[in-house]
Amino acid sequence: MEARQSFGDVARTPAWFWGIFAVIVTLGIILFFAQDQAPYLAKYPRDWVIPLRFVISDWMQWLIKEFDLGFFTFKELTRSIAWLLEWPLSAANSLLATGFTFSTEPGAPVVLPAAPWTAVIIIFGLLAFHLSGTRLAVLVTGCFAYLALFGQWHSAMITLSSIVIAVPLGVSIGFVLGIAAYRHPVFEKWLTPVLDLMQTVPIFAYLVPVLFLFGFGPVAAMIATMIYATPPMVRVTILALKQVPADLLEYGNMAGCARGQLLRKIQVPVAQKSLMVGVNQVIMLSLNMVIIASMIGAGGLGFDVLSSLRRLAIGDGLEAGLAITFLAIALDRLSQAFADRPQTSRHSQSYPLLTPSRFTLAALVTLSISWPASHFYPALGVYPESLQITTSHFWDDLVKWININFFDQLEAIKTFILINIMMPVKRFLLKTPWVIVIAVISLIGYRLGRFRLAVLGMALTVFIAAVGLWSKAMITVYLCGVSVLFAACIGVPIGILAASNPRANRATQVAIDTLQTLPSFVYLIPVVMLFRVGDFAAMLAVIAYSVAPAIRYTILGIQQVPAHLIEASRAMGCTPNQIRWRVQLPIALPQIMLGINQTIMMALSMLVITALVGTRDLGQEVYIALTKADTGRGIVAGVCVACIAIVADRFISQWSHKKKMELGLPA
Amino acid sequence: MTRTTPSPPSALHLQGIWKIFGEDADSFLQKFGPSPADSDLQKAGLIAAVRDANLDIHRGEIFVIMGLSGSGKSTLVRCMSRLIEPTAGELFFEGQDLLAISEKELTEMRRHKMGMVFQHFALLPHLSVLGNVAFPLEIQGVEKSVRQQRALDMIELVGLSGREDYYPRELSGGQQQRVGIARSLAVEPDIWFLDEPFSALDPLIRREMQDEFLRLQGLLRKTIVFITHDFDEAIRLADRIAIMKDGAIIQIGAPEDLILNPATDYVAEFTRDVSRAKVLSAKTVMRPVTPGESLDETLAHHTKVQDLAHRAVNSDRHMGVIDDDGVIIGAVDNQAVLDVLVGNEPPRTN
Repeated sequence: MEARQSFGDVARTPAWFWGIFAVIVTLGIILFFAQDQAPYLAKYPRDWVIPLRFVISDWMQWLIKEFDLGFFTFKELTRSIAWLLEWPLSAANSLLATGFTFSTEPGAPVVLPAAPWTAVIIIFGLLAFHLSGTRLAVLVTGCFAYLALFGQWHSAMITLSSIVIAVPLGVSIGFVLGIAAYRHPVFEKWLTPVLDLMQTVPIFAYLVPVLFLFGFGPVAAMIATMIYATPPMVRVTILALKQVPADLLEYGNMAGCARGQLLRKIQVPVAQKSLMVGVNQVIMLSLNMVIIASMIGAGGLGFDVLSSLRRLAIGDGLEAGLAITFLAIALDRLSQAFADRPQTSRHSQSYPLLTPSRFTLAALVTLSISWPASHFYPALGVYPESLQITTSHFWDDLVKWININFFDQLEAIKTFILINIMMPVKRFLLKTPWVIVIAVISLIGYRLGRFRLAVLGMALTVFIAAVGLWSKAMITVYLCGVSVLFAACIGVPIGILAASNPRANRATQVAIDTLQTLPSFVYLIPVVMLFRVGDFAAMLAVIAYSVAPAIRYTILGIQQVPAHLIEASRAMGCTPNQIRWRVQLPIALPQIMLGINQTIMMALSMLVITALVGTRDLGQEVYIALTKADTGRGIVAGVCVACIAIVADRFISQWSHKKKMELGLPA
Repeated sequence: MTRTTPSPPSALHLQGIWKIFGEDADSFLQKFGPSPADSDLQKAGLIAAVRDANLDIHRGEIFVIMGLSGSGKSTLVRCMSRLIEPTAGELFFEGQDLLAISEKELTEMRRHKMGMVFQHFALLPHLSVLGNVAFPLEIQGVEKSVRQQRALDMIELVGLSGREDYYPRELSGGQQQRVGIARSLAVEPDIWFLDEPFSALDPLIRREMQDEFLRLQGLLRKTIVFITHDFDEAIRLADRIAIMKDGAIIQIGAPEDLILNPATDYVAEFTRDVSRAKVLSAKTVMRPVTPGESLDETLAHHTKVQDLAHRAVNSDRHMGVIDDDGVIIGAVDNQAVLDVLVGNEPPRTN
């Protein structure tokens, strides 16, 4: 009975909805033309703005300068955390990049040089071989060889050293929080919105407070990285533990496991594969953070990319960006191989040649041979500069050539899209009275999720208006909306094509895997090369960054259409086209919409980064706050971005959920 | 009903056990008394998975709880080990009040006195066969060499020697359940719960596993609570059967009792298609011996009709039925056997 009701609920939008909608639109048109009568309804008045950013900034000042915890101040606490983290980080840094000096004085002689590049490559190659086999070993060795060959080794090792410390720390913290949330539902209830905020507030926004609390430098950068990369681990841990089959838990109880035994011996080993997904996420997000972290002193590859981007040295930026990408690919595949490593009994043929103990032995032998050897043959220790190659001039020249020869064509495309698509949308959103937008959002919220979503939608949009960022937010919505529209128009057809053709599918999977391992900043390089700064360049970067989930979810959605339905349609005489349009797409639609949802989330996070190429949206606000070290301004703008993200996410998820219920699909 | 202490042969004693799912089930029972009406439950939005279960499970017997899905049989067996906490009622195991003991004592009891086999095996995917079977001993902190030897013995007992190093997913369903059985026996439990252990298996394998189960029980003589939705399986294995419907036990009896005297139409529905020759014994179909009658041979009173049919139908010999002491208590002639075989109304015994 209830199922049927909800069916009718979604299937047909009731008349009252369209009635109210029409009323709101009419009011909107009237208001638009009668702005002078009620200007406060068309544009949010300045006097009504709540000075939240100043409140936050003042609070931050108080926290840093005055907050006293009794025996020590808050700042002393944070600084001592930084001091603690400094130890492992500098040890890793010495081992991989700078060598050990055993003296705190700057310029002290290096007593023991950093691990030879040859040893690092061999050890990572062996690790790849140990985890998966020859193919992965070749890939990983190739990635690291690029670093040496293109002169990125030193920077890459600085980056790697912060990754090897940040990732285990982030994973452990996320794991512990996840277990706590799993065990205590009340804690989970509190933690979830915090995680939502952490994942939707743009990274830039919390760089400033991190800077204030932990100072400038690699440690602060690593802390920012952990804040950014840890939330998925928490979520994955909760989910993975919840997915442990109920009968295994029952068995554990029957066998008389204590709570700790249950966790150690049943839940964690059984959930291990899912947990590794979280570890992989932490690695990828940490690498994604590399460039941004360099803004507060991380150094390494991120700093190289950032400084070349500022100099518009395209070639250099591209090579350093590729170095991050190769590092990401290598670490991504290694962690995936670790998760997928076959667990087979000794009688099986695929029992690994290289056991863990043999691998450790081989790694130690490699180090103990190559370290002394590099003393006599320095080329083994530090990759010789004379053997380095660079393609940066080629790229610089290529860009120059394209810009000289195709300037008019590129410009024509850019102008056409700007004038005919982007500008009208922007103008429409900016001119629509704010009360009307809020009314429409609340109405849609009510339609999708009754009062809960209506209140949520209204509260978050009112917040944006109240802190005085309405027009900037509308520019964000416009840029995000247009980009997502394009991304969907590109991504969904590719997904449909790939889902029906195995070869295209394989090619697409490789392409989107690569797209998703690229750090977001790297997307800026080519678009700036060709289209310089501005909304259009920003939009292209956003599309490129956010298209992957649209493709991935479309493929997934179509592949999840039950085979017997396709069979039945064929038996009824449907043509392939009819099957696609009348069977596969309608059933895959909820899943595709979840992909669009992901696309929106990624687009929003990318938008903040595109502030570097001169957009005028919330992202710019956050970026300005970062350059001016204005905590309040950055956080308020960041929370506004989060508000947009949360409204979009809740609305689309709810729609998709209802649609899935209606189709009788698993949620 | 007055509270009674269970008599010695009873291993497990349940009295007035209720399990009600839903919010505030406890306070609901306090308000509506020990046996609430359906309408009250429904109004409160509660679901009674087990209603007023009263059982005595005897030492060394195979007690089968039979019911269709949703009848509450799985909930009931979980109440017996407090995997699910009963909402109301009394539960005694070997004379000890299980509902009164602490969490710690309960854990100890589960470690040493209870074994359980699960429908979907519930083997730990990251452990080998040996690791799985040794697991309950590992939890107890038994020394490695001891527990491995014990596990190897168990693996041999269920006929899986040579596969100690295999991982669960490398085994067939039947083999996996053998591991599940070996694992549950490793601690030498006093009571053995089997929750639809063979339901996930193919019919042929299921039959083989039933034979295997009977063989093991012949060796071990455990007190067994066996859950199934398959009536054929129930009558094949059970010493006694409890039939459940909508959370309530509607009849308890030996297979023969259920067939001869079904308590309700629901029970009769189950028994209708059962081959009577497999269930009814000589004692049930015998007639009194006419004084002076000469008997050609004798057979034990518990011989199933199926097993004596061949002899009875192919000859005119008169067969006497003897009880455990060898005393002749009746005679079977071929007409009685034929009646059972062709499905004529069986003789009622009451």
